[in-house]
Amino acid sequence: MINEPPGRPSEICDLSIAQLHREIQNRQLSSVEIVEAYLRRIRSRDPRIQAFISVRAETLLEEARTLDRSLALGNREAGLLTGIPLAVKDNIVARGIRTTCGSRILEHYVPPYESTAVARLRADGGLILGKTNLDEFAMGSTTENSGFFPTRNPWDLNRVPGGSSGGSAAAVAALEAPGALGSDTGGSIRQPAAFCGVVGLKPTYGRVSRYGLVAFASSLDQIGPLARTARDAAMILQVVSGHDPMDSTSARRPAEDFVGGLEGDVRGLRIGLPAEWFSSGLDPRIDAAVRRAAAALEAVGCEVVEVDLPHSECAIAAYYIIALAEASSNLARYDGMRYGHRSSRIGPLEETYRNSRNEGFGDEVKRRIMIGTYVLSAGYYDAYYLKASKVRTLIKEDYLRAFEQADVLMGPTVPSLPFLQGDKIADPLEMYLSDVYTVTANLAGIPGVATNCAYTPEGVPIGLQLLGPHFKEGRLLRVAHVLEQELGLVKPALAV
Amino acid sequence: MSITPKEVQRIAELAHLEFSPDELQRFVAQFQRILDYFEQLQQVDTEGVAPTYHGLAEIPEEGAVRPDRTRPSLAPEAVLEGAPKAQKGYFGVPRVID
Repeated sequence: MINEPPGRPSEICDLSIAQLHREIQNRQLSSVEIVEAYLRRIRSRDPRIQAFISVRAETLLEEARTLDRSLALGNREAGLLTGIPLAVKDNIVARGIRTTCGSRILEHYVPPYESTAVARLRADGGLILGKTNLDEFAMGSTTENSGFFPTRNPWDLNRVPGGSSGGSAAAVAALEAPGALGSDTGGSIRQPAAFCGVVGLKPTYGRVSRYGLVAFASSLDQIGPLARTARDAAMILQVVSGHDPMDSTSARRPAEDFVGGLEGDVRGLRIGLPAEWFSSGLDPRIDAAVRRAAAALEAVGCEVVEVDLPHSECAIAAYYIIALAEASSNLARYDGMRYGHRSSRIGPLEETYRNSRNEGFGDEVKRRIMIGTYVLSAGYYDAYYLKASKVRTLIKEDYLRAFEQADVLMGPTVPSLPFLQGDKIADPLEMYLSDVYTVTANLAGIPGVATNCAYTPEGVPIGLQLLGPHFKEGRLLRVAHVLEQELGLVKPALAV
Repeated sequence: MSITPKEVQRIAELAHLEFSPDELQRFVAQFQRILDYFEQLQQVDTEGVAPTYHGLAEIPEEGAVRPDRTRPSLAPEAVLEGAPKAQKGYFGVPRVID
């Protein structure tokens, strides 16, 4: 363990975003102090966690100084995120900051434009602390598929942080960032949030603009927050959501007051437990923890009911067919011509495409492009892609029916505790199967929140998942907020 | 459905990817396992079910079109900055025809 100098800096990193916001408003803390505390923390801890692909320093401090000056002069009001440094998953572009997507093919890519999510963070006065590690092109569930290095779980360095937003989740859990942006295509925010014991929210499809999110599967991808509390997640979501003309799938809804909605009443809320999710494949410790959380909600006046999601079993197959089909077509753009890696082997055009892609993509990405190409190819389209798209309709209808009986669904996020490093990576199908509880929300386009609900005696976090009808993120955050208070968990010691 | 190395080779060509004989062998086995797993979908009754191709909760009546007006865009130099090769305001690419 590397010790930090005692006193303020380490205390600063313990504060939530809501607390930092108050300190900034009251001029008790400057943005420079906050940024310096985090940079110091990252220097001391990140060599062992490896959450960040790149950390900003000089320009970031300059931005913080400028902000402090305009706050002092009264030139600007403190927005929710003003002066607060946040980590951003490295598949979300920020102008002038290298964005690698965890891939060798984009190793030196510096985007000439800004994603809407980052633009909104910055417009609110938020600062970009650095870019976090991920499975290459967000394809994976452990962050071991990063083209650069694996990230470790801050509660147990032998375990994975989950993925693909593993860097963002680990950074928030290790107190190396107060909050972060991630992306979720089949669970990539919620699963690492569960593995790292933080709050992760996948918004309704269309709630947050995808402009500037490097596309994996366009009909499933969403950007969302990872944070230490439901309130902090609400603050980030409030800033980044809202209609964006730059994304044609962006919902025409204004951002909501998610923070104000946190204090609402949950009495009478019907909490549905999907029967299919508490079956034999689930680790009994997770089963028990989720049921304890359900009992805690019952104790504050919620009604717990059982619901059915009959098509749960075929969700993984439907999801992977659709996601990989979309991925194979989205990743066709990496040909080494306009940006990204171009092979130095001289050859005719097609050979240059092939060499550039072969040298730039890792195994899992190649595997997914291949499967996606296959399921879309002539003769197989109907059996795979068309069939999966019909099953997607059935899964969506399952949810619509379930939401007639329950206001919020609650269940496990992942069937098992965080995997040990190296455990799942050898068997791609095994890895896919672990996404069983998360992929359906993406297929249906509904919002989901993962939040911590217990720790094992060894200090490994256990997460649960809340799902709601389209655009009901506020309701999910309210339940997560109540759970935080009712469960009153005591955090064990980090492994760093 | 069972997949042959030849077929995997053909898919690789479509996807502009290449595999060594060793990689190909390993890959065919993984590919087969995943396709076998996908087979379970055939058991789901989808008679009369319309496919869903998007993630939207609601589709705006007016569609997603906007007025077609000229707006500022990125400067060509900014776009070319990330190009592996650029010259005279163009992307430099390998020879396409002899």
